Amino acid sequence: MPSLKEYRNRIASVKSTRKITSAMKMVAASKLKKAQGAAEAAQPYARGMAEMMARVAAGVTLGPSSPRLLIGTGSEQRHLLVVMTADRGLCGGFNGNVVRLARQTVRSLQAQGREVKIICAGRKARDLLRRDFGSLIVRSFTDLSGKDGVGFTQAAQISDEVLTRFEDGEFDVCTLVSNRFYGVLKQVPEAARLIPFSLPAANDPASGKDSAGIPVVYDFEPDRETILAALLPRNISTQIYRALLDSAAGEQAARMTAMDNATRNAGDMINRLSIQYNRARQAFITRELIEIISGAEAV
Amino acid sequence: MAANETTHKTFSFDLISPERRVMSTPARAVTVPGEAGEFGVLSGHMALLSDLRPGVVFVEVEGESAPRRIFITGGFADVTPDHCAILAEEAIPVEMLDGAAIDAALNDLAEDLTLARDDASRARIVARIEIERARLNAVQA
Repeated sequence: MPSLKEYRNRIASVKSTRKITSAMKMVAASKLKKAQGAAEAAQPYARGMAEMMARVAAGVTLGPSSPRLLIGTGSEQRHLLVVMTADRGLCGGFNGNVVRLARQTVRSLQAQGREVKIICAGRKARDLLRRDFGSLIVRSFTDLSGKDGVGFTQAAQISDEVLTRFEDGEFDVCTLVSNRFYGVLKQVPEAARLIPFSLPAANDPASGKDSAGIPVVYDFEPDRETILAALLPRNISTQIYRALLDSAAGEQAARMTAMDNATRNAGDMINRLSIQYNRARQAFITRELIEIISGAEAV
Repeated sequence: MAANETTHKTFSFDLISPERRVMSTPARAVTVPGEAGEFGVLSGHMALLSDLRPGVVFVEVEGESAPRRIFITGGFADVTPDHCAILAEEAIPVEMLDGAAIDAALNDLAEDLTLARDDASRARIVARIEIERARLNAVQA
């Protein structure tokens, strides 16, 4: 049985752990708020981009001369995976879930005889995938969320890398594996295909209505195909930016939940240890009393 | 619709960057740097989707004498008769551009250009130089 002093030390150490986890939870909560704000502020652009894509796509007929970002290279042999995680740990299964999905994806692609390359966005992706797939990782981005959170510059960096490699003919299909943020308690790892990009279903050929609900027929300057070709790469950076924001918000939410659990567990542990400590102390007192009494009787 | 009927009407104007809505206001007139040349947008403009090159957007806001000038690094304009939205990857008010910083960036890029090996990277650097030049023009204008 541990001595009283050992119990006291244990309790003190768990208490300081609890202080740290509860502080981390508070920090995560405030960062989550900020990240959610940033995600919300990015909504109008993403929506505008999607609307524009739908309008342009409505009248485009795909042919061999269509942009390759849209129709692909005609092969599905070489895959590029962009795996997006957080830079830091201590956020529950947040990073592990993405990496697990990435691993499964890589394995199943390899089982089909496909060639796979990986771009890591986030330090944890690199650290966790390096051991199994070190030779497949072609580029790693870390420190994506600086002091002011994620910026579009970071997204542009990643999409530039992807697009450059695509232009150089390094891969046929690009998939983004990242956490989708569905709420504070729900982040789901998902794989989304970036290249070739599937156009949103153009169910409204008139594409767009004015405020009175009258369909508007658009004119294109310089022309539909040129705009489409210019839109596609920007759409990819927009997708990546949205994923980065989602991932940033998800990370903080996951950390908040994890730290909340840790704080609660630490509290339980302190209670348990306190009971054990009190019992031990009482046993010690009783034993001393018995010794004194039996000593007195012996005299 | 006669031109003089529409000139004084306002329409809603939005300037949106990936990070936030930079501007959202009723406007009397907007001048946009289209890929094929600058064009003006007034209320009642025909529906148009245009590619934009780096340049300055002039926004005439109701009740303000001087137009607001905002530099964009290119993007897209979505115009309907009663609305105009610009999606730009970067949008900065011209007053906030820093001439010295642009000069420095241009020098760096010129150096990069001499070091560039293949045509693809050269083309990328040239595109960035064009953006910086447009930025410089915006400051000096």
